[in-house]
Amino acid sequence: MGRNRVAIVGAGMTKFVRRAQETAKELAWKAASKALESCELTLDDIDAVVVDTAPDAFDGIHMNAEYLSDGAGGWGKPVIRGYVGGGTGVFAAIQGWYHVASGLFDTVLVVCEEKMSSCQPHPQGAFLTIFDHTTERPLKPNLLWIFALEMNAYMSRYGLSKKDIALVAVKNKRNAADHPAALLGDPDITVEDILNTEVLAWPVQRGDVSPISDGAVALVMCAEHVARRVTDKPVWVEGVGWSLDTAYWTNRDLSYPTYVEEAARMAYKMAGITEPRKQIHIAEPYDPFDYKELHHLEGLLLFDKGKAPEATALGITQRDGDLPVCPSGGLLGVGNPIAAAGLMKVAEIFWQLRGEAGARQVPGQPKRGVAQAWGDLMQVGTVIVLGI
Amino acid sequence: MKEHVYETVYLREKDFQEGRVLFETWDPNARYAWDAGIAIGRFLQELKAGRLVGTRCANCGRVMVPPRMFCEHCFVPIDEFVPLEDTGTVITFSLCYVTWDMVRIEEPQIPAVIGIDGASPGMGIMHLLGEVDPKAVKIGMRVAAVWKPPEEREGAITDILYFKPL
Ligand SMILES: [Zn+2]
Repeated sequence: MGRNRVAIVGAGMTKFVRRAQETAKELAWKAASKALESCELTLDDIDAVVVDTAPDAFDGIHMNAEYLSDGAGGWGKPVIRGYVGGGTGVFAAIQGWYHVASGLFDTVLVVCEEKMSSCQPHPQGAFLTIFDHTTERPLKPNLLWIFALEMNAYMSRYGLSKKDIALVAVKNKRNAADHPAALLGDPDITVEDILNTEVLAWPVQRGDVSPISDGAVALVMCAEHVARRVTDKPVWVEGVGWSLDTAYWTNRDLSYPTYVEEAARMAYKMAGITEPRKQIHIAEPYDPFDYKELHHLEGLLLFDKGKAPEATALGITQRDGDLPVCPSGGLLGVGNPIAAAGLMKVAEIFWQLRGEAGARQVPGQPKRGVAQAWGDLMQVGTVIVLGI
Repeated sequence: MKEHVYETVYLREKDFQEGRVLFETWDPNARYAWDAGIAIGRFLQELKAGRLVGTRCANCGRVMVPPRMFCEHCFVPIDEFVPLEDTGTVITFSLCYVTWDMVRIEEPQIPAVIGIDGASPGMGIMHLLGEVDPKAVKIGMRVAAVWKPPEEREGAITDILYFKPL
């Protein structure tokens, strides 16, 4: 197909916090400078920059990515912003990939930043505008409704209990205890702790939800000839995929993320993966809610429909299980600064495949991993497969 | 990878209360008036008359609600509006105990996706359930629209107050 091979050679991030004193630009700079430093490059080595951030309305700044681009190293360079809601973080890496795969650029800096804390009294005020202005907003919806309705559809389709799903929150918050950038890591949290949190919109309880956060993450992506010069441990982008379902969300089957399956099939085909359950060793599916990790694992074809909860209960998705899932601690544990959280997942696969994940390192020297995010009007799947 | 993480300054609520940080605030003054459009315009007009309508694609035959003037699958125009029942089935629901800004409410709101009778399978709309014990709500429950009195209707989704068990 005439595509150039693309590697990730560096990654960096800020600590995720509930509310950072740093501005969006400052957070972007911190992550970008860490990513460059990690592969001993400088901004002079960068040909183009991808700067992604999720809704402008969170920050109250129109063209927010352009506003913070100075912090992301965008000055005087070809800069692009992508925005697919919660799917943005993984999509940013896909954009970095096609900048290089196309042959247009050799070395690209990919920066994702999110500051959710600026929006008062609650970022839901901005989020609410995803509902249709004429047929839905007059009902005065709450953003949690859409997730609660989906979670209930999923639970009811497969006869799942709240406990089946809370196990995901427990696993991820425990994993996050070993992540130096995590906001909500807790090595001692139990299923009872999650089940005892307040009910927000049944079946969604406080413990099922990832926290509002501020933070930034950056990657350096480059062509093979640059990668060979920069590092002896390049991590290759083997496949990318993304797909969008209808915006008429009340017409969709809410118990299954078809958009993730379509994105995964596209990425697996590119990566030459025919048996994902054997060929993928580690997964970072998007987990803003605990049920979403299960939903997405099924969409990624890593478990049969309705079977991801059972696999979780059996410990298969633990860091030392057969298929470690969200060894980073995910959004539930590390935090959920939207665009940055998605790119954090790509960075985690990068660190894991290089054997650099420290206390979070999964055993068995994984060779291939998948990261996935979900967003837009709850309708997009974005998938990237990395390998060594 | 600890060396690849840049520390950030974590602001706590008391930092603001005690005036230890500087910040700026702004209240946006942005108001919008959205046109209902062709398909939803008709949908609202019919709601005012106490009826639900969908559209049928001549190509794939799907009867869709909310109605649209084109089929997103076949990508052809649609000009056939079809009357639907004002009854349906609960596809999924939630019991919501918080407002959008996380203030607790005692009696839960019960949002639901309701598959409308007369539309193709799985074609639902979002609305609320009422006149029902929250504990008794089930997926698969049959429900019917409770309309505002005709003189109070204004051509809005809220012309249906809620759906109640049949
Ligand atoms: Zn059609």
